[in-house]
Parts: sequence; structure tokens; C-alpha cells
Amino acid sequence: MTKIIIFLIGIVLIGFIAWWFFGQHQVQAEQAVVNDDQQNVDIEVKGGYSPERVVLKKGVPATLKFKRTDASTCLDHVIFSDLGIDQKLPQGQVKEVKIDTTKPGVYDWACSMNMFHGQVIVK
Amino acid sequence: MKITMRFWTALVLSLPMLAEMVLHPFTGWMLPGGEWTILILTTLVMLISAGPFISSAWASFKKHHANMDTLVALGTLTAYIYSIYAMFKHLPVFFESAAFVITFVLLGQVLEAKMRSNASDAIGKLANLQAKDALVKRAGKFVSVPIAEVVAGDLIQVKPGQKVPVDGVVVSGISSVDESMVTGESMPAGKKPGDQVVGATINQNGTFEFKAQKVGRDTMLAQIVAIVKKAQNSHAPIQNLTDRVADIFVPTVLIIAIATFLVWFLLLGKSAGTALVFAVSVLVIACPCALGLATPTALMVGTGLGAKKGILIKNGEVLEAANNLNTIVFDKTGTITAGHPQVTDVVGDKHVLAVAASLEKLSEHPLASAVLQAAKKSQVHLRAVSNFRAIEGQGVTGTIDGKEAFAGSPASRAAGTISDELTKQIATFEQEAKTVVVVGLAGKIIGLVAIQDVPKKNSSKAIAQLKAAGLKTVMLTGDNAQVAHAIAQQVGIDEVIAGVLPTGKAAAIQKLQQTDKVAFVGDGINDAPALTQADVGIAMGSGTDVAIDAGGIVLVKNDLMDVVRALRLSRKTFNRIKLNLFWAFIYNVLGIPIAAGLFAGIGLVLSPELAGLAMAFSSLSVVISSVLLGKAKI
Ligand SMILES: [Cu+2]
Repeated sequence: MTKIIIFLIGIVLIGFIAWWFFGQHQVQAEQAVVNDDQQNVDIEVKGGYSPERVVLKKGVPATLKFKRTDASTCLDHVIFSDLGIDQKLPQGQVKEVKIDTTKPGVYDWACSMNMFHGQVIVK
Repeated sequence: MKITMRFWTALVLSLPMLAEMVLHPFTGWMLPGGEWTILILTTLVMLISAGPFISSAWASFKKHHANMDTLVALGTLTAYIYSIYAMFKHLPVFFESAAFVITFVLLGQVLEAKMRSNASDAIGKLANLQAKDALVKRAGKFVSVPIAEVVAGDLIQVKPGQKVPVDGVVVSGISSVDESMVTGESMPAGKKPGDQVVGATINQNGTFEFKAQKVGRDTMLAQIVAIVKKAQNSHAPIQNLTDRVADIFVPTVLIIAIATFLVWFLLLGKSAGTALVFAVSVLVIACPCALGLATPTALMVGTGLGAKKGILIKNGEVLEAANNLNTIVFDKTGTITAGHPQVTDVVGDKHVLAVAASLEKLSEHPLASAVLQAAKKSQVHLRAVSNFRAIEGQGVTGTIDGKEAFAGSPASRAAGTISDELTKQIATFEQEAKTVVVVGLAGKIIGLVAIQDVPKKNSSKAIAQLKAAGLKTVMLTGDNAQVAHAIAQQVGIDEVIAGVLPTGKAAAIQKLQQTDKVAFVGDGINDAPALTQADVGIAMGSGTDVAIDAGGIVLVKNDLMDVVRALRLSRKTFNRIKLNLFWAFIYNVLGIPIAAGLFAGIGLVLSPELAGLAMAFSSLSVVISSVLLGKAKI
């Protein structure tokens, strides 16, 4: 009897993991607010990035403010490979990353181990 | 808390348990307090050292993400919580596994962070090359000012042993400058008024003054640093696979771990403790970080190594493309040849050169400077010329020592009578694609000067090495076929495409691309379309005129051997990436089944501690392998 229960628990867990990680889930996105010809977005770095998708207005100087509260070494750098940016993120400090918004496009960012991803959309 | 502190804490707290583990089988010694002491020590490790793993894993779980922290956190938490349960049920416990895994994983991360900062050091070293201050002329005197205050147009003095602060042109003084830090060229370069100097290079013997032209972000060093920085963070297409793997990897491992437990516990009827050990081992060994580190660390080291030698590879894509080339196309003028014509032969006595040079001194013809240079080299005396006259399309004439003198085209009737021997000589020179200047004096041709744009000294060596590497070599030029073939023969080029207009170069590349993967080597100034069209554009610079925007590979030095080195470096870096990826994959492909106990039948099992150690060293070995690339000879 216990064996059947454990078996069922195992199957349910596997199903849950598959649904939780592989299912389609809404990505947290944020449209930057333009103030005084300048747009800023605060990004919390904790087990990933919140928000994970940032929408910027074309032509307005933009700054992403990353703050890492997570101790994981995975997240200690944020890398925008298309933009040539590699910003160190010391824990607990706010680090600003300026984004060139002259050209519309989609720019991905990732942690230094390429496990967590985020996206800037300029339009 | 910093990661090193977390590691030391875990280590110190784990040591008593390690001592018991080692000593117990021989002496029967046990920690005072028994399981209770072990519980307390492990709990401290879990709180202090593992806490951040757990909170990071939880934070990413909420975002539907999983990473290596998820694996470490779940693995150790499972071992820890089960052991507490087992302790009260008087079953075997394995607290120390949790503590040891944390210690080993942190050890791996500490070492890895250290190696990674070593790998990315090249760029820091480059940026530090810059001088801190400069001797600038202000109000008639040279005063030392911080480099940030130097503006274009400043007159700057450089004394022996000092660094050249910014880019500019020498106005007075003579010296030699060690430019190896920027160009990779080991021979010092002589500098005289009119020559370019580059910031961060070291003045060796003389004192000179120069006018600043490029400062701050415009200097060559600053641009090199910017390129390398960008390259180090770029993506290589080969990485796309691992990106996708990383996304599904951790959840898949979680599922495998649960399945492992179920199989051992239910199917094979082992105890819950034994089944859990296998499941925990699977969780702990399967960190995908080695995969994630394989490409970026190798790219970082490879591009950094190139920068030190004056070879700038712009990104990972270029590096990968450079590995699939089978044809390499060269622009002729300025790339294979020196780009300015030189006197190759003089027929006749030393009057010939003297007369020619005396006349050409007054001319504006492009070939004139070649003649003057040759005259200067053989130290002939220039004569006074009167009645100087240029005859359109034919040559120049004037009176020297009362006699009518001429220098110009062999076709010109103004030259005078010519011997059969010289006529034959002219034909030979023309067959060799040399431009012939006939020199006449008092109505008679007294000699010939042959002029040609000669290959640079390393051209044939470089082309021979590229051919040896299996590449087809092609020369692309606007010159006529005869000139082109003559040069091609001298340097050993396989194929010539001659008579191409500058605007037609890109089209010619495109045509080759129908069957081949093509690299184009050009000087970047008017070759931009061809450089962009080619699969790999290699732009060659000379001194400060580095065509930084054009081309995927930029060579600071104008030396064809650097093309060979650049391709060699690309190949080595790319191979290192492949090697890293192979090991990272193999490690997981073999490690997971072993951890799951698939080979338990033949006695091959992994305890969670060993799995943790193996996991720590998988990513460490990838980073070390990349760092070793920095020692490669190119
Ligand atoms: Cu990782």
C-alpha cells in the first residue's frame, strides 16, 4: 500500500515538474516609462530577472538598473552579447546599464553561465 | 556573505565529520555527541553555506526556472531532511553527504571564479597600458597634465623611457618606439617628423614632440579595448545548442532523479535510504555549468590572446566562420604588395639615375617618387635643371649641363635614338609587368629605369603557409592581367582575377561564394563592400589607420603573416570550444547513469560526496582548459 502511494506521489511530482518548467507561462514584461526624455527600468536579480522582458521606446536614452539580491555566482555578471556589455553585479548594489536605443530590435541578455535570460525590445 | 567565506565555513564545519569518517574504520573513534553533533554541524553548514543556494533556487523556481543552485539545493536538502527523519527512526543517516557536497561545490566555485577572472584579465591589462599623464605644452612650457585633460591639437613631449600618451603625428625629434603592446610587432619602429605615433607605446631613446590627434575614446588603444570587450561577450553559433540544452536540462535531471528513486525503492526493493543516495547523487552530479562555461571562457581567452598580438577578432561568429574557409582572396595593392612602386632595375651607368632623378624631382608623376627614392638610396648627385617641361602623357624634359635630357615613356619620340640591346631589355621588363622609364641625353637613350610595385617581404611566406593549410589563394585587382600575373607568380598565388573595378570587387567575391567559403583580405579603406560581402573579412591596417569598422578580423599590423596567425588562432580557439563542449557533454552523459546506479551491478557507484566533487571539477576543468589556450603559440 505505501509502495503504491509513493509511486503515485513520484508520478505526480514528475508531472508537476514537467508542467511547471516546460509549460507555457506568462513572462513578466515591463514597458519603460519615459520621464524627461529618459527611460529607466529597475530590474531585480534574484533567481532570474524581474522583469524578464523590458520594452523601450526607440530614440529615448535608456538605463536598466540591475540590483542583485541573490548570492548565486551564476548571476554575478549580466551580459548583453549583441551590445558588447559585460556588467559585474556586486550583491546588493545597483548597477546601471545604458542601452543604445537608436536602432529598433531585440537584444538578449544572459547571466555569465548563460542559464538565465532576459530581453530588451526597442521599438 | 562572500562565497569564499561560505566555503571556509563549510570546510571547517565538515572537517570533524571527515575525521570521523577516516578514523572510525581503524580506531572506532567517534565524535563526542554522536549523531547529535553531526546534526548540529550539518545544520550550520546548511544555514550558513547552503542557505544562498536554497534561496536562489526558490526564487528561480517561482519564475518557472531552474539552475544549478536548484540541483545543489534539492540534493543537499533531500539528504539533510531524510537524515533527520532517519535519525528518529533509528535508520542509517547521511548528514555528512550534504555537508561535503556543499563544501565541494563551493570549492569548485571559488576556484572557478578565480580562473575566470584570470581568463578575462587580458582586457584589463590592455586598458591599463595607457599612460597616466602627459607633458603638454601649455603657455610655452611643457607641463605634466593628467591624460584626461589632453585635447586634440596639443603639443606633447615624450622623453626616453616614457609612454606615448595619445595618438598623433611627430613634429620634431627622432626616436625609436616600442609598439609591441599595440601591434604585436617586436621590432622597435623608427620615428621622425611626419610619422604617426600610437598611445601606450614606449619611447626608447630620443626625445620627440608630437601633435595629439586622437584622444580619449578615439585612440587606437581605446578602440582595441572596445573591440576585444565586445568580442569576449559575443556568441558563437555553436553555443546555440547548449543554450537550448541549459533550458531543459535541470528539470529533466529532476525527473530522472525521481525516477531513479522509484526504480531503486519500488522495483528493486532497496531501502528508502539507499534509493535516496542514488537520487541525490544524480541531482548533485548533473550541473550544466560546465556546458555554459565552455564557449564563453574559450572565446574570452582566444580573443584576448589575439589582441596581444595585434589580431582583433570581432566575435564568435567570425571565429566559427574562419574555420570553414576554403578560399582566401587578397586585394593586390597594399595587401600583397607594398602599395607604392619601387625601382627594381637600373640599366646603364650611374648617370642614368642621376639624370632621371634630377628631372623627376620637378615632376608630379606618381612614379617620380620611386625614382627619387632610388636616387637617394644610391646617393647620386642631383643636377641643376633648366627649361623644365612636362610633355603630356610622354615624360619630362629639361636642360642639364647644356644638354637636352629626357625621362619618360619608351614610346615617346622625344627620347632619341635607342640601341637594339636596350630595345630588347625594354621588352623583357614589360613582360615582367614592370613600368619602364627611358632616360635620354643629347638625343640618345643612355639607359632605363624599371619600376614596379613589389610584394611585401612576408607575402610569399604567408601565401605558402596558407596553401599548406589547404586554402585556395586568389588575387583580386584592378590592375591589368599582365601586371597581376607577374606579381601572382612571384608570391605563388593560385588564381588571378584582374581588371576588376573597385565597385566590382564585392560582386567578384559573391561569385566565388557560389561554390566556396571565402575570406577577403584588404586594407579596409576602399575595400569595405568586399570585406562585408566575404564570409570572413580581414582588414589590414598600418599604424593608426586601422580600419576598425570594416571586416570581422582586424589586423593592426600590415603584415600578411598575421593573416596566417589570425586563422591559426581562430582554429585553435574554435577547437578548444569544441573540446570543452565535448567534455562537458560526455561528463553528463556518463555521469548521470553512473550516479543513478546503472552500473551498480559491476560495482561502479558514486556516493553523493564524490558526485559533488566531480561536479565541482567538471566546470573547473573546462575553465582551466580555456585558460591553457592562452599559452598556445600562434
Ligand atoms: Cu551554474
